[in-house]
Amino acid sequence: MRSILSIIKGPFMPSSLFAKRSAYRGTARTSLRARLHVLVLLLLTLPATASPLFGPIAEVLRHPRCMNCHTVTDFPRQGDERRRHAQLVMRGEDGHGAPTLPCAACHQDTNIDHAGVPGAPHWHLAPLSMGWEGLTDTQLCQTLIDRSRNGDRSIDSLLEHMRSDPLVLWGWNPGAGRTLPPLTHPQFMDALQAWRAAGAPC
Amino acid sequence: MPTIRINGADHAVDAPQDKPLLWVLRDDLRLTGTKYGCGRALCGACTVHVDGQPARACVLPCGTLGEREVTTVEAIGGSEIGRRVQQAWAEMNVPQCGYCQSGQVMAAAALLERIPHPTDRDIDQAMSGNLCRCGMYTRIRAAIHRVAEGL
Repeated sequence: MRSILSIIKGPFMPSSLFAKRSAYRGTARTSLRARLHVLVLLLLTLPATASPLFGPIAEVLRHPRCMNCHTVTDFPRQGDERRRHAQLVMRGEDGHGAPTLPCAACHQDTNIDHAGVPGAPHWHLAPLSMGWEGLTDTQLCQTLIDRSRNGDRSIDSLLEHMRSDPLVLWGWNPGAGRTLPPLTHPQFMDALQAWRAAGAPC
Repeated sequence: MPTIRINGADHAVDAPQDKPLLWVLRDDLRLTGTKYGCGRALCGACTVHVDGQPARACVLPCGTLGEREVTTVEAIGGSEIGRRVQQAWAEMNVPQCGYCQSGQVMAAAALLERIPHPTDRDIDQAMSGNLCRCGMYTRIRAAIHRVAEGL
């Protein structure tokens, strides 16, 4: 706050100057207007403060186990470094890959441990409307609860999706060599329930 | 003991449910046209069709197939497009060492069944999971276009 006030007042513009009728008044007004413009611009560029209840949830959603298939691109990503999926794998019209190279050509209903190939039922990318890349916590939260973008899910059905969907649960059982989200699944559900109890603030 | 439908015939296989289809084909049924390349679904040498869709046999547990129909390279010549693919492959000398080619033929046949006149982009999307250490990609692409011209 002190730094914002200093933008208005300025280190070389004591407030007493504003009150005086002096030869400097015009200069002082111009300077004040300029400083107010800077302040408005600064406020516009500041990120909105996200709900602290959503922060831990956002950290899970941003983990590569989740985000690699919640992309805003026409392809999925792989690995913790989130490289583009090998083999020119594409999103396809329904998120299940190109019809000539569907996800299911390699990904089964379970992890194939001897090959290191991850798998879970209905393995596919989330729709583009559920792409989470590049969003702030607040935007991610808003995207998550927006029924026009989240598959018309209420908050309750969203939590049920997080609790029981096998593709979500795979994130905590991704097979050897893959890192896990920062919360355990029970901790994630606790965080979601606390967020819901507070009215799902973003 | 799963029963698997392969190339139009049912086979009762004495194998655990999680045995990869590739090894059922090669070891139990002596259908050795399907090749072992990487064992990790990365190279496409083991490509077969499951209900007409390309699939990597090295990561496909045989016990999960159920009633689905498996087609291997031994039977691909039984379909019109499969026969044309084989013919184009031979006429244009597509294979060099040939190791990956049964997988390439299966992927190409699946592509042409679905998209009879594929663009280069269609070919890239369908075939990029089938690696060729000899680098015969331009011949593969040309042969697919040759088949498409005749369809």
